[in-house]
Order: sequence, then C-alpha cells, then structure tokens
Amino acid sequence: MRKKLLAAFAITVAATLSAAGCGGSASGSGGNSIKVVYWQHLDQNDNKQQKFLASMKTSFEKAHPGKKIEVVPVTASENDYYTKIQLMMRSPSTAPDLVYEDTALINSDIASGYLKPIDSYVKSWADWGSFAKAAKGAVSSPTDGKTYGVPDDTDTRGIWYNQNLLKKAGIATPWQPKTWQDILDTARTIKKKLPGVTPMNFYTGQAGGEQSTMQGFEMLLYGTDAADNSLYDAKNKKWIVGSQGFKDALTFVHTVYSENLGLSKPTALGPNAGAEVGTKLLPDNKLAIDIDGSWMANNWLKTGPRPWPDWAKTMASAAMPTQAGQAPGRVSMSGGWAWSIPAKAKNPDLAWQFTKAIKNKDNSTKWNIIESTTAVRTDVAADPKYLDATPTNKFFTGLVAYTHFRPALPKYPQVSNAITKAMESVTTGQSSVDQAAKTYDQDLATAVGSDSTAKGAR
Amino acid sequence: MKSAAAPAGHAGAPARGSGGHPAGSSLLRGLPLLPSLVLLAVFLAGPIVYCVYDAFTDAQLTGAAQTHFVGLANFTRAFGDPDFLNALWLTMVFVVGSAVVGQNTLGLALAVLTEKATRPVRSLTNGVVIAAWVLPEIVAGYLMYAFFYQQGALNDVLGALGLPRQNWLYTLPILAVCLANVWRGTAFSMMVYSAALGEVPRELVEAAEMDGAGVWHRLWHVTLPVIRRSIMTNLMLITLQTLSVFGLIYAMTRGGPGNKSQTLPVFMYQQAFQNSLIGYGTAIALVLLVVGALFSVVYLKLLKVEED
Repeated sequence: MRKKLLAAFAITVAATLSAAGCGGSASGSGGNSIKVVYWQHLDQNDNKQQKFLASMKTSFEKAHPGKKIEVVPVTASENDYYTKIQLMMRSPSTAPDLVYEDTALINSDIASGYLKPIDSYVKSWADWGSFAKAAKGAVSSPTDGKTYGVPDDTDTRGIWYNQNLLKKAGIATPWQPKTWQDILDTARTIKKKLPGVTPMNFYTGQAGGEQSTMQGFEMLLYGTDAADNSLYDAKNKKWIVGSQGFKDALTFVHTVYSENLGLSKPTALGPNAGAEVGTKLLPDNKLAIDIDGSWMANNWLKTGPRPWPDWAKTMASAAMPTQAGQAPGRVSMSGGWAWSIPAKAKNPDLAWQFTKAIKNKDNSTKWNIIESTTAVRTDVAADPKYLDATPTNKFFTGLVAYTHFRPALPKYPQVSNAITKAMESVTTGQSSVDQAAKTYDQDLATAVGSDSTAKGAR
Repeated sequence: MKSAAAPAGHAGAPARGSGGHPAGSSLLRGLPLLPSLVLLAVFLAGPIVYCVYDAFTDAQLTGAAQTHFVGLANFTRAFGDPDFLNALWLTMVFVVGSAVVGQNTLGLALAVLTEKATRPVRSLTNGVVIAAWVLPEIVAGYLMYAFFYQQGALNDVLGALGLPRQNWLYTLPILAVCLANVWRGTAFSMMVYSAALGEVPRELVEAAEMDGAGVWHRLWHVTLPVIRRSIMTNLMLITLQTLSVFGLIYAMTRGGPGNKSQTLPVFMYQQAFQNSLIGYGTAIALVLLVVGALFSVVYLKLLKVEED
C-alpha cells in the first residue's frame, strides 16, 4: 500500500514538473551575444534600417570575434511597436539588450523604470562631445538629469509640394504659403482645376498615432498665438485646455476633410496612410501638397521602397506658415529616435560597445544619408557628404531655427492619443469642433489629472 | 466553456471513490489529478486572480514605475466615460444583432432547409457554411475587410450589376462587422440545430401533419418546443462567443471610424495597450465578464421557466 502510494506520488510529481518545465529555461543571450530590437515599418519594401543594421552586425562581429549580435525587427504600426517593446522590457526573459526608442516616448519609459542610465558609459566616450545639445536634452530625464540613450537622428517637418501640379493649376512656384488660409485656398484651387488629383495630405486619426499628432495637429497648434505654450505650459507645468488655438486647429482639420481637400476619409483614417502618400500618391503625381516630415525623400531614393528618379525635379519644399503669419512666420516640429539599453538587459556592456560602433562619425553619416534624416552629431551636420546627399537636406536642416519639441513628459503619449481621437471625430464629422474640443479637455483631465491643467487663451 | 472545465476536474475521482473505502485509498485515486489541478491553478486561476487585482490598481504599461491600489476608481471612471457607454451599447447591438438574431435565425433556417434538401445540396451547403467557421478569426476578418472595402469585392459585384456602391466600413461599420460575424459564426448554430432536428420524433411531426398543420405551424408548435433546450444552449454559447469577438472587428475597422464600431473588447484593448492604462483596461475586462454572466443568467432562467 505504502509503496503504491509512493509510486503514485512520484509519478504525480514527475508529471507536474515536466508539464510546468517550460517556465524554467533561461533565454539565449549570455555574455557574448546581444539582442537588438528596432521598428520594422509595416511597409515591407522599406528595409533601409534592416540592411543598415545587418551591415553593422557583420562588421561588428568581424571586429569582435566571438561576439554575436541578434537583430530583431518588430513589425508593427507605430503605436503597436511602442506597446510591444514596453511589454518586452517588462520581463527579464524578453528584454532586449538594445532598443530603438522614440524620444517622445523615452521619458515615459524612463519613468516606468524600463531603461538604464548610461552616464558612466558616455563619460568615457570621446565622441559624446560631438552630439548636439538639444539632442542630448531629448534623451535625458527631466527628473534625475541622467542620460538614457544615444540620439540616433532627428528631423524637421514642413510642406512638400509637386511643382508640376501646382503650375498646371496656375499657382506660381516657388510656392510659400503665408497663412493657413493660403494653404486651404491653394488646395481649393487645385481641387477645382485638377480633378483626379488629391489637393493636399494632412495626417489625421487614431490609426496614424504620432504621425497624426506631430506631422498633423501640432504643426498647426504650435503655429497659433500661444506657440510653445499652446499644448503644455512648461513654466507653470500645466497642460492647456479650452484654448481657442486648439479649436482653430481642429477647424482646419474639419475644413480639409469636410471639403474633401484631403485623402479619402477611409484612407486617411487607415493605418497605411503614410505609405499611401509616400510610395503611391506623390510619386504617381496624384497628390499636390503634403504636410510631412523631412525624411520623405527616403521613399524615392534608389535604395527606397519606391525609387523615383525624377523626384528632385518634381518635388519642392516650403515651410509651414503660422496661423495668420504671426512672427516668426514659420513653424516646424522635431522629434527623433535614440538607442537605449533596457534596465533588464542581460548584457549592457556589449550593447554599449555596439552602440558606440553604430553611432561613430562614419556610420552616423552613412545612416543619416540612407534615411535622409537630420544629423544629431555636429560633425556630421557640417559634412558636405551629408549636406549634398539629398537636395532637400539643406532646407530642412535650416528649419531647425523654427522648430518646436513636444513636451517630453510621461503623460505625453496619452495626451497624443486624446489629440488623435479629437482629430478623428472631426474628420469623420461624428462631432463638431466644439464637442471634440470639450471631449479632449475631459480626456486630458482624466489622463493628467485636472489639477495639472490650465485654461488657455480664448 | 473554459470555466466549466475547472469544477468538472475537481469533482472527478475523489467523490466517486468514497463509499466505505479507507481515506488513503481515495487520496491515492485523487493523486493523478494533482498535475492538472496545479496546471489549472497556475495557468487559469493565477492569471484570473492577477487580472481581478489589476482592475483595482492604476497599473500602466509606461509612464509610472509603481502601481497603487485605487479601489473602485477604474469602475467609476468607466461609467462616467461616454466612450465606455458607447462601447457597451455597441456590444449589445453586436451581440443581439449578429448572434441572437443573425446567427441563430439563419442557422436554424439553414438547418431546417438542409434537412429537407437532397444529399448533394446538403453537402454543398454544409461545406460552404462550415468553411467560414473553420477559418481562423483574423483570416476571416481580413477576407471580410477585402469584401466590404471601398475597392473590394462587394463593390465590384454591385458595380457590375449596375447597383449603387456601398462604403459600410466607413458609413455603417457596426452593420459591416455584424454581417461579418453572421457569415463567420452561422455554421455553429447550423450544426447545433441540425443535430437537434435529428432528434425530433418523426411520428410527432407526421401526427401534426395529419391534423392539418401547415409548415409554419409544425415548426412553431412541434419542432421548436422539442428542441428548445438546444436553442437555449446554442444562444448561450454564441452569445458568449460573440461577446469576446476582437480579431474580426479589429482587422476590419480597428473600432473606427471614430468609435462607431468600438465594442467592449476593442475598447479594452485600446485603453490597455494604446493608452497604456492596464488597470483601466482590466477593469473593462471584468465588466465584460459581468455582461456575459448576465446573459447566461437570463438564458438559464428562461430555460428554467420552460421546464416548470
């Protein structure tokens, strides 16, 4: 009897252990290998970063025998990418050793304790002095002042337009709108004169995520009277509710879509609006004006997803005007990406070695040229190789003088979501501008707490 | 269905093993159940308990290092949130429209019709209907998106017939996802009813026929009362399945445009993973659980009334 009991017990234990056994195994990355995670856009033709990182991996592994770099793409829309890396960084068994972070999100992730301060590393890195001050500011925490990433690139935003289409519609080029009204008027003219051509693109809606907020809404909002204080008053640490500027910006969105000056609503609100604009409508000469990022040309380079040899002859750039042309007359937004080491990384030292390799001057220059982004290293920014790489680099680098940065705060992602929600509701016409602004005020109060909001100028 | 597995596993061997046997022996007989009990506790009960706990905290995916216990704040927030109420309403529309009315009625109709049909017709119909059921949810979602999309198959057909085109994914998204769910889920009801109809005694139907009852009368007064238990079971199962539909809607509309097709599961996902509010999202999940429980209670009550 006893023996039987014992045997049954043994079998039970063995079965339990083997069934539960899946939990215990350690994951691969030990002392000699690291996992590098980056964002692979949904547009699979866009594989510039994949190729770049693969070449970095090859040369690094050659220079450091015995070390292994595992490059892991996360294929997702922008919002889903953030969610996925945040989930990965929560657990030591899935945390990468190096992760590509949007500087808009970095403060939120710092506050969550996901990232590791790298001050001790950068202190002994001679190249650190070459990084622009503003870029360094974007990767350091406002609360503890520590550095949490190495800036990878930055960007500015403005207007791209198709010179041929504008000429055909009888609009004088070079074209530089002075007010929002100028943009709308030009779009209306194009709509009347060139049927079949989409007059303008203005990103909107929740599926677009930060693309809608930053290339879209904030390009308007920061051009209103309150300018840098239109979204967040940094001095008093208050988020702004109920401002006229916010409503004016929503009215602009509403006008674009209610008069059908923009993309068709389902396309504009879909997750692929960005690829549709960059790789289809613009190169097909079906879109006249595009309010977008400085990097657009990377779609059309030989290495890009939609090579377009004539782009430099066809496309031109203009600055985004302020609402009524008030000083300084132009507005731009800047963001950027950075390489960060998660707090739960297993091999931070090797991750740092790899970071230094991909962010040295040669490789930084290479990367800025491939991606046609704006340089964060001052030595690269002055390099003629970089300045002459694409005809528009000079123009967009010049917009740095008018640029604004998003409030780098942990609550920003939620605020950004509330903005895209308001945009979507006026785009579809589901709510009026006043209703949408009111809903935004409520969403904002729930997100940041009503004691952290302040009434804006009416 | 998942929850039904737990008590069943519990009540298995030890209870039956009693009846005069010594305690050691019944323990011995129960022992092999231990692994499954442990697994259930770790992988089923564990996450559920953790989930219930999370619903009462301000847990976030990003933006805060610590989580605090916040009591009922997530729930009061939900019921004051117009988006939540909108999602609750759309969930009701979706469940009643696509499951209770759509799948249920269409499934019954197909079962009745195929019973009368010739063998080849029946096999063909079964094959076509069940094909939609066999497809993974996300594939079905994508197919339906391609069907309703502006440049999609439905518009090509409508265009070829000279009929006006539709843009339901944009103008009437809740209708589009309801239709998609009917398309995908009808097979289940059809199979349940086909089996149930086989159980209806022939002589009962023939007797009614002799008494001069027409087709509708026979269906209403003979067939339906006989299969009422299957109807209730079917209603309960498809309701619970439809309540938790996420992939289909997310693939087709992402809950949009605006929030016009945002049912509770989609709303929950967006709060938890796009707004990073894990605590709030989990609270919504609990509300969804309660909604499902309410439906079940109603069905069980109805069944009981029928019995008495």
